[in-house]
Amino acid sequence: MKRLVVVGNGMAGMNCLEQILKHQPRFIVTVFGDETHVNYNRIMLSSVLAGEKAADDIVINGREWYEQHGIDLRVGVRIVDVDATAKTVTGNDGSVTPYDVLLLATGSNAFMPPIQGLDKDGVFAFRTLDDTRALIERSAPGRKAIVIGGGLLGLEAARGLQVQGCDVTVVHLMSTLMERQLDPDGGQYLLGKMEDLGVKVMLGRTTTAILGNGHVEGVALSDDGVLEADLVVVAAGIRPNVELAVKAGLAVNRGVLVNDYMETSSDDIFAVGECVEHRGVCYGLVAPLYDQAKVLAATMTGNKGPTYTGTVPAAKLKIMGVDVFSAGDWSEQNAEPVRFEDRALGIYKKLTVRDGKLAGVILVGDTGDSHRYMDWLRTDADISEQRRYLLFPPPSADAGGEVASMSDGATICGCIGVTKGTIIQAIHEKGVNTMSQLKECTRASTSCGSCTSLCQDLLRAVAPEFEDEVKKVICACLPFAEDKLRDILRSQRLKSVQEVLEIYGNGIGCEVCKPALSYMLDMLWCGDHDEDRSARFINDRVHANIQKDGTFSVIPRIRGGVTSPDELRRIADVADKYQVPMVKITGSQRIDLLGVKKADLPAVWADLGMPSGQAYTKGVRMVKTCVGTEFCRFGVQDSTNAGVEMERRFEQLFTPHKVKMATVGCPRNCAEATVKDIGLVGQENGWQVVVGGAAGKSVRKADLLITVETTEQALEASELFFQYYRENANYLERTYDFVERLGIEKVRKETVYAPEAVRHALLDRLTKSKSRATDAWLEGQTPKTATQFVPIRAMETVDA
Amino acid sequence: MSEGRWIRVTVVENIPPREGRAVLVGGQELALFNLGDRFLATDPNCPHQGGPLCDGIVTGTSVVCPLHAWKVDLESGEVTRPTHGRGHCVGTYATKVEDGVVSVQLPAERAKKEAA
Repeated sequence: MKRLVVVGNGMAGMNCLEQILKHQPRFIVTVFGDETHVNYNRIMLSSVLAGEKAADDIVINGREWYEQHGIDLRVGVRIVDVDATAKTVTGNDGSVTPYDVLLLATGSNAFMPPIQGLDKDGVFAFRTLDDTRALIERSAPGRKAIVIGGGLLGLEAARGLQVQGCDVTVVHLMSTLMERQLDPDGGQYLLGKMEDLGVKVMLGRTTTAILGNGHVEGVALSDDGVLEADLVVVAAGIRPNVELAVKAGLAVNRGVLVNDYMETSSDDIFAVGECVEHRGVCYGLVAPLYDQAKVLAATMTGNKGPTYTGTVPAAKLKIMGVDVFSAGDWSEQNAEPVRFEDRALGIYKKLTVRDGKLAGVILVGDTGDSHRYMDWLRTDADISEQRRYLLFPPPSADAGGEVASMSDGATICGCIGVTKGTIIQAIHEKGVNTMSQLKECTRASTSCGSCTSLCQDLLRAVAPEFEDEVKKVICACLPFAEDKLRDILRSQRLKSVQEVLEIYGNGIGCEVCKPALSYMLDMLWCGDHDEDRSARFINDRVHANIQKDGTFSVIPRIRGGVTSPDELRRIADVADKYQVPMVKITGSQRIDLLGVKKADLPAVWADLGMPSGQAYTKGVRMVKTCVGTEFCRFGVQDSTNAGVEMERRFEQLFTPHKVKMATVGCPRNCAEATVKDIGLVGQENGWQVVVGGAAGKSVRKADLLITVETTEQALEASELFFQYYRENANYLERTYDFVERLGIEKVRKETVYAPEAVRHALLDRLTKSKSRATDAWLEGQTPKTATQFVPIRAMETVDA
Repeated sequence: MSEGRWIRVTVVENIPPREGRAVLVGGQELALFNLGDRFLATDPNCPHQGGPLCDGIVTGTSVVCPLHAWKVDLESGEVTRPTHGRGHCVGTYATKVEDGVVSVQLPAERAKKEAA
């Protein structure tokens, strides 16, 4: 077997290797990577920076993949020399490795413009996982970050840093953003959107020097201005990494020159990815690299035949809420431009048509049609007949929508390169019915995820037993999906469970829909509804948790888990007086009195003199806290008081499912905030607000909602999420399912990054609900009915 | 049944519509439900694991036990859900409402036994 050495463990190299492994003959493979990680998805680094994904989530091939295929993986070794005569490569560790066939997949380097002081501490590139980790480590609320470069990567870096709490300014050399992908008008629309997000942008300025004594303190600009900075990210473009190719004596221009078979000027040295130049073009996006990899794999394995003839350049900005797409040649030279713009909506579309064919496209603010345009560009389709429907698709009778009009050869998932035909084949031949099966089978939608809705539409249209979990109706009594039902209740101003059942349901209802409706009405009308206890589960009729023997458990509220000797004495006295069979410390830093008779509940509550802990309901449970700065020698935030205040703000309210929270005074996370529905994680300069965590039947690490400086900001972010969850989750949907269903970017966009009016409205409704909520245990003194807690004794005695 | 003895139990207002209550009739406990247009009475405990039926959610003429959601038909006393629970049943008692007071009819022998 021939020895194949691959230099470069990135996306292009490993994708090519995957393809090579599908062919005969086999090679003995050695892979060198100068990063210390296994093969990962570089295009998702911005999602790691934005806290949407963890480093583990973006691994493409884990160590077991290399082992399975007998690949000798050498990470952390940089190849510094090639001897094309002796056929060996030399590593920076001194190792010399012989090869029969060499594959250069060296990618590109971040371009460092000539700026003085780039060697200062606090200057970063944004190219690798290590860069990303360093950036996360260095960013914190209130830190000033400067991003040099307003291209795709620079903007994604800017947004990521902002989510980490930094105050971000983008300094861009050109007069418009993303000028390689957008015309000046498109750049203007993008500028508006970035500014709406709170990212500052300075155009037409060169950075001349990084200032500071050893560590970054600011940057000097060409207009003599100076900006303060704690960290600087240089995202000024990339340069193909051709150093080795030059040493190997290959023909090199800007990149390593390759022909349509992906051959270089040498017979046994090949190259793929960002380091190559094909027909005068160096590609920096993933789809063309995968096309190249496929062709090269055939060539290298003696199956020469397929050719690579270039890829229509296409780019998509991965910032949720800032939809930008650009493809092809959008210059207006010798072309007919077709435009649409709407300033109020922030939508800009431009197509260029040449000889009856689409030449290029720019979309800002609405990229819904991007697949249609890509399809036209790729197939070089004659669009004369579509002229009336260029900017918006023709009204379609088919519910399949956009996906229905795509050809079978059209690409649905641009990252992995999965066509509509492949997906349809998987559905028919492999019995794929759900999104997760589709991902497993075809890997479509596993990379950036922007094609998820297309995949779903296709599944819905084609799969015989498509399971759409989202739109489940509540139950047979009331056949509506919950979002639809909420609209109905709101618009029809319905305020009682029975009324809803009579008008829209079967008039009867059941144990599934009645509690769901009770919740919805209470939430929608902020407590101003007709409360019907018959529609509530027993726990919510008597405000205690029913146990297997019909007795109840009583858990008083102990905010933040902080109690007092006096309170403890009263709890002990109650336990004695009512002969409570078990007194237990709960996992929520509270005390549970188990085995209390229903009839004793009002007296127990009165003797305790403490409010209800709502441990029996779908509502606000507790805020677990650590001692934070109060006593802990490691605490950096006052987590205890923050937790007590948080509990005060949320207590007494109903939620779609129970809500458990925690606040911790430092990242050691002693109160486990990262596996709670809402958690505040204290840091040196502020708080991370995390949401959607779980430590129950499944374990899920919470997603970062936002990083803020002050406790008040952290509480407000929590309030926004809390109310948003109340209003949009399905009944009995925990936050971890809710956040996963919507995606954290959508949640962020509609809560902490929503327009001010939206945020105010959320907070107003929360305040309103809170003002009407009361401590449920007060009903012990003024019961709803005389018989709420006590059994009825027959008024007539039974005697002979 | 006609042999049984009618016992006046409580005023109708004491049991809100679509709710149940535990009632003590002599030494015996029953579950008494207000279905809105009439009252129904059964034995108090679910045939499954003894859950208090009076604490269940009423759905039509059935109640759903609060412990494990077994569904019991209040007219026949039969378990209708889950399937493997079918065949189990609870005792039922005739009821009537007169002058705003609900009465339950205890079987003659039972009434006698209670008294003894």
